[in-house]
Amino acid sequence: MKSIPLAAGFACLATLAAAETPVLTIYTYDSFASEWGPGPAIEKGFEESCGCDLRFVTAGDGAALLARLQLEGTATKADVVVGLDTNLAAEAAATGLFAPHGLPAVTGLPVPYDDRDFLPYDWGWFAFVHNKGLANPPHNFEELAASDLKIVIQDPRSSTPGLGLVLWVKAAYGDRAPEIWEGLKDNIVTVTPGWSEAYGMFLEGEADMVLSYTTSPAYHLIAESDDGKTSAAFDEGHLLQIEVAAKVASTDQPALADAFLAYLTGDAAQSVLPTTNWMYPANLPSSGLPAGFETLTQPGKSLLLSADEAAALRDSAVEEWRNALAR
Amino acid sequence: MAALRFTLLQAALSALVSCLLAIPLARGLARRRFAGRELLIRLLAAPFLLPVVVAVLGLLAVFGRSGPVSAALAGLGLPPLSIFGLHGVVLAHVFLNLPLVARMILQGWQAIPAERFRLAVSLNMPPSAQFWHLEWPMLRAILPGAAATVFLLCLTSFAVALTLGGGPAASTIELAIYQALRFEFEPGRAALLAALQFALCAGVTGIALRFATPPAFGSGLGRSLPVPAPKGWRLGLDGVVITLATALLMAPLGVVVLRGLPGLMDLPASVWPALGRSLVLALASAGLAVGMALVLAQAVARGQSWLEMSAMLPLSASGLVMGSGLFLAVFPALSPEAMALPVTLAVNATMALPYLFRLLLPETKALLADYGRLSDSLGLAGMARLRLVTLPRLARPLGFGAGLAAALSMGDLGVIALFAGERSETLPLLVQRLMGAYRMEAAAGAALVLVLCSFALFWLFDRWGARHAAA
Repeated sequence: MKSIPLAAGFACLATLAAAETPVLTIYTYDSFASEWGPGPAIEKGFEESCGCDLRFVTAGDGAALLARLQLEGTATKADVVVGLDTNLAAEAAATGLFAPHGLPAVTGLPVPYDDRDFLPYDWGWFAFVHNKGLANPPHNFEELAASDLKIVIQDPRSSTPGLGLVLWVKAAYGDRAPEIWEGLKDNIVTVTPGWSEAYGMFLEGEADMVLSYTTSPAYHLIAESDDGKTSAAFDEGHLLQIEVAAKVASTDQPALADAFLAYLTGDAAQSVLPTTNWMYPANLPSSGLPAGFETLTQPGKSLLLSADEAAALRDSAVEEWRNALAR
Repeated sequence: MAALRFTLLQAALSALVSCLLAIPLARGLARRRFAGRELLIRLLAAPFLLPVVVAVLGLLAVFGRSGPVSAALAGLGLPPLSIFGLHGVVLAHVFLNLPLVARMILQGWQAIPAERFRLAVSLNMPPSAQFWHLEWPMLRAILPGAAATVFLLCLTSFAVALTLGGGPAASTIELAIYQALRFEFEPGRAALLAALQFALCAGVTGIALRFATPPAFGSGLGRSLPVPAPKGWRLGLDGVVITLATALLMAPLGVVVLRGLPGLMDLPASVWPALGRSLVLALASAGLAVGMALVLAQAVARGQSWLEMSAMLPLSASGLVMGSGLFLAVFPALSPEAMALPVTLAVNATMALPYLFRLLLPETKALLADYGRLSDSLGLAGMARLRLVTLPRLARPLGFGAGLAAALSMGDLGVIALFAGERSETLPLLVQRLMGAYRMEAAAGAALVLVLCSFALFWLFDRWGARHAAA
């Protein structure tokens, strides 16, 4: 007799679960979902219209995100992934875990980019950030190598900006990349595992310049009212980092996932991104860029490696970097 | 292969320097009595408890390009100090581990019955003879284990070696594991590297433990009598050693405190729930680790020496590999977010086990040798024996070890980062997130809260141990 109330209980639970609001699970990197990132505002905005519960699940950075998805495979609970970048796109595509987004190409990028699966939501130029007081900021990698300026960079084997720098040098100099690294060797104070250690060391005065983004000075200007930081414009061009989102093919909420991607590239979310993720929006919102962004360095030339180029070059570029610096 | 060589070299140097410096420091602290001695001994544990990123930034603030040491050198017309390179890695590892070794050796000194020293003095033994007859046997019992602990810790070092190493020449195996797992997604390669690291650690532990010989002092009255303290140049030397070590260890700590104070003003509200979670985790994993260590130490002391290896090996397991393995084990049966805190608890307790075990083992062995037969003949067993004999005699290392385990768990970032969901943020994760969001000042403030709370926990446990040992 016991089994009847038990079964009734389970049936009850099951109806409760079905009646619950649908959950949209978004995998993203830490700083996107943190209370200072764009996550909270986007969650609030999207939940107002979707009748759903949006949940973030985080990993350290873009690479960690992809590794986690690869671990989980098709059993993943993720419906949408936010925070891969073009340097990881080829590998991400090769997993076959993603589905086409079906949205028109974004219009706010400095170069055309249209991918069936990966939808850009923000972007930035890699750049060396320094204090405005710096006497002779270099105009390219060769000037930097010839100077006695001290820089901190990130390790391409453990950090996304670190990998970006290695690909930047490769994109700008091709076969001459090892020579450039050889020249930069005596400028590099140290190589940190992640962005925050490097940026922290720069702020502490351990180096004259740090590898970050042209948009980093905007944080100091807008959030701290400190206009003392800027970034050096390099005449060989700056590598773009385009951050992308994608729908997971195995999602149980395809309609919600589509709606979210549309929301993410729409006006409301795009106007939040510049001052929370400190990157440029992928679609210029109708309100324009926030005040202060007009003071940022505008590189004359943008470099971008296609997903396949990046994937093909990555291992050899990292190896060149390692050989030049390890000697 | 270059990674292997660098890994071994920096770990060996760090262990050697830490031990060599720890001996005079522990000896000075054991035989001198001065105002603030107790405080200093407790403060000594603090560097070990710092989150690595915080410790590195603290060291940089003192020894870096714009730190006071470089400023002083510039005043003398010398070029500024470069902390980056092998010496920087070793300096950081010594900063982090010297206090631990000093405490382990100090425990050893305190475990020598004071009656033996008094006997030696009454026999007119010079300090050198006292050293050979009393202190050397104790050091032989403690040092190999302590050195192995530091060696293993440094072997798996990742952030310190990379940040202060100055470039890819300073790559460790742990970094290669990280790269294989995170960037290339080759779990097979990561597993192979982890196995290599594991084998290396097992080998080193095995060799070190072969050198350890138990001393045979017999039991004393358990009274705390002052240890004879030679006068003359030895007094001066002890003073210099203690002062220098204090300066080396406390200066970066002072910087951490100073940097954190302004940040305390604009701490986000999420600090407090994160702190609460971290505290609960810390207490629970300390309890779990103490239980495991007690059982293992008893078993090893009774001759099951193969267990010694298993108590030491958690040190050699990379947190990332352990985390990923557990992740694969629970996924997809359970949601990783729901498991975040239990898994972190289990991993933290396991990670703290080697320290606790190392602290407990020498005294458990002595306890068994000195009181084992008496207890057996009295028919004392089970809970009564635990309560009347084991716990009171082991109170000092237990208190210290439990404090260490709690504080280590407070500061650990390893596994939680892999599992964390929206509502399981711990304080170290919050510090990292603040740094990732440009908020360096708030991060310094949160790090200060973290350090203060870890240290308070440690202090409470350690005092409990010292008080019960004295009673």
